[in-house]
Amino acid sequence: MAAPRSFLWTRRIFLTLLTGFVLLPVYVMVSSSLKPLQDVSSEFRWLPSELTIRPYIDIWSTVPLAKYFVNSLIVAGAATVCSVVIAVFAAYAVSRYDFPGKRVFSVTVLSTQMFPGILFLLPLFLLYVNIGNATGIALFGSRGGLILTYLTFSLPFSIWMLIGYFDSVPRDLDEAALVDGCGPLRALVRVVVPAAIPGIVAVAVYAFMTAWGEVLFASVMTNDTTRTLAVGLQGYATLNDVYWNQIMAASLVVSVPVVAGFLLLQRYLVAGLTAGAVK
Amino acid sequence: MTTTTASARPGERTVGKSSPGAARGPRRRTGRIRRIGLPYLLLLPALVLELLVHLVPMVIGIVMSFKELTQFYIRDWSIAPWTGVDNYRISVDFDAPVGEALLHSFLVTCGFTVLSVGLCWFVGTAAAICMQDTFRGRGLLRALFLVPYALPVYAAVITWAFMFQHDNGLVNHVLHDQLGLTDKPSFWLIGDNSFVALLVVSVWKGWPFAFLIVMAGLQNIPKDLYEAAALDGAGVWQQIRRITLPSLRPVNQVLILVLFLWTFNDFNTPYVLFGKAAPAAADLISIHIYQSSFVTWNFGTGSAMSVLLLLFLLVVTGVYLLLTSRGRRSTHA
Repeated sequence: MAAPRSFLWTRRIFLTLLTGFVLLPVYVMVSSSLKPLQDVSSEFRWLPSELTIRPYIDIWSTVPLAKYFVNSLIVAGAATVCSVVIAVFAAYAVSRYDFPGKRVFSVTVLSTQMFPGILFLLPLFLLYVNIGNATGIALFGSRGGLILTYLTFSLPFSIWMLIGYFDSVPRDLDEAALVDGCGPLRALVRVVVPAAIPGIVAVAVYAFMTAWGEVLFASVMTNDTTRTLAVGLQGYATLNDVYWNQIMAASLVVSVPVVAGFLLLQRYLVAGLTAGAVK
Repeated sequence: MTTTTASARPGERTVGKSSPGAARGPRRRTGRIRRIGLPYLLLLPALVLELLVHLVPMVIGIVMSFKELTQFYIRDWSIAPWTGVDNYRISVDFDAPVGEALLHSFLVTCGFTVLSVGLCWFVGTAAAICMQDTFRGRGLLRALFLVPYALPVYAAVITWAFMFQHDNGLVNHVLHDQLGLTDKPSFWLIGDNSFVALLVVSVWKGWPFAFLIVMAGLQNIPKDLYEAAALDGAGVWQQIRRITLPSLRPVNQVLILVLFLWTFNDFNTPYVLFGKAAPAAADLISIHIYQSSFVTWNFGTGSAMSVLLLLFLLVVTGVYLLLTSRGRRSTHA
């Protein structure tokens, strides 16, 4: 459409301001991570007084960042794999079969998604403590326990999104496979899953992202050895000093993998979210 | 978007139609049993986990809310004494300190949610409409706009906390030193300003989601609607008002609900910004319940508050779905 000048200018100004707003923290993160400590501890300056990569070296020894990184990787990775695999089966059942209780199941899945995390935190906390006391299985403070709690949000979301996505895969495809003598499971693995790869990738990215960024459960359910990045980053603030340059460097280091992955898989995520949410 | 339209109604009818189709043809007798049992078998792992991570904790939460669950009983909460509805009475006794604080926190959360959701929706929609046409650098800009969404909450919010520092923050540097808008550097993370700080961070973090969803919604509007309108002499602004916004209504109904639930329940943003105890002006309900439970160690009252919060959300969501008269479809969306 031939847009008038007033619209073009409004658009230009709005998009410029918005870009500034979006990038401001990113700029602060990057520039502060290259500043010496006395620079970030005094009045803010747009440009570093001297450039240093020291913070990037120090972050690994000020707190055991590598350990937190591994913990986050294990927890987020396992939560992602578990919820995607389980959700694929469940969503396939809901999408392709008619059975008593189907509606109850899908409504329950959807409604648990809107429940506040805090609602599950207290009971899960007590449940884990009590299971630990009774059986000696350490769920509280362990990675396994944290993975399980992360399924509270990634599993319903994954099921919900994949039902929508599987519904968009033409039924003729797997029906043809069934007629050809494939079992339902083979039809799922060989036909439906490959056709729904964008949706599955989207769900996996989303599950990983939320687990990687989760703070509430991580701050309650972890101990010294299982601490994730979300909690570990608080270690740069000591009683005497807040190492802002190191906090910014560490923030950048932990963000790069997810942001890069997200931007690479952006198309899938957009398509998946569209199928799941825009109806 | 074929995916969108095809999955528009994952209702029973389409599935019901397909199953008999699949059942036709020669099959062994075990086939039928397998077919009936199979959906449940496929659901089994999900059911077990849902039970474990949702239903059991929920039941425990409800039971807890009727008990006097202080730090003495944490090791074995089953021996905590029953208190009936005491926890609920304390929570809603708005003249006493606990209830008064809860009411305050609830009102703060409501105000915050309305503002944040409104701004996220507005900015996201405006940006999506601005990016509807192709122009040079559009792809890059789109990727940039998604960065706040992709950044881990704690990394992004901790950066904002740094920017809002009293002595060495960017915000005071710009407002006070460079622009001279304030007499002296302000406190942003304590006192009344903390509400503004929280709102800014929340909008920064939340608008890209609205942008994403609205962008997807815009792709479903047929191009010829605009062409017809242009032929009739409608300008860009009129087209936005008469075609774009009305066409987005179904998308917006889901989007607003999702944004509302996320914002209302948000814990991560205030927790990283302010720590365990948020300033009164920005005391969101999740933080408040966390504080009431894990800091003062009164899990009974905390649970009662959680249950009340859940009831509130259920009622609001139910009314919203009824009002938007898309109830049946939205529960699937």
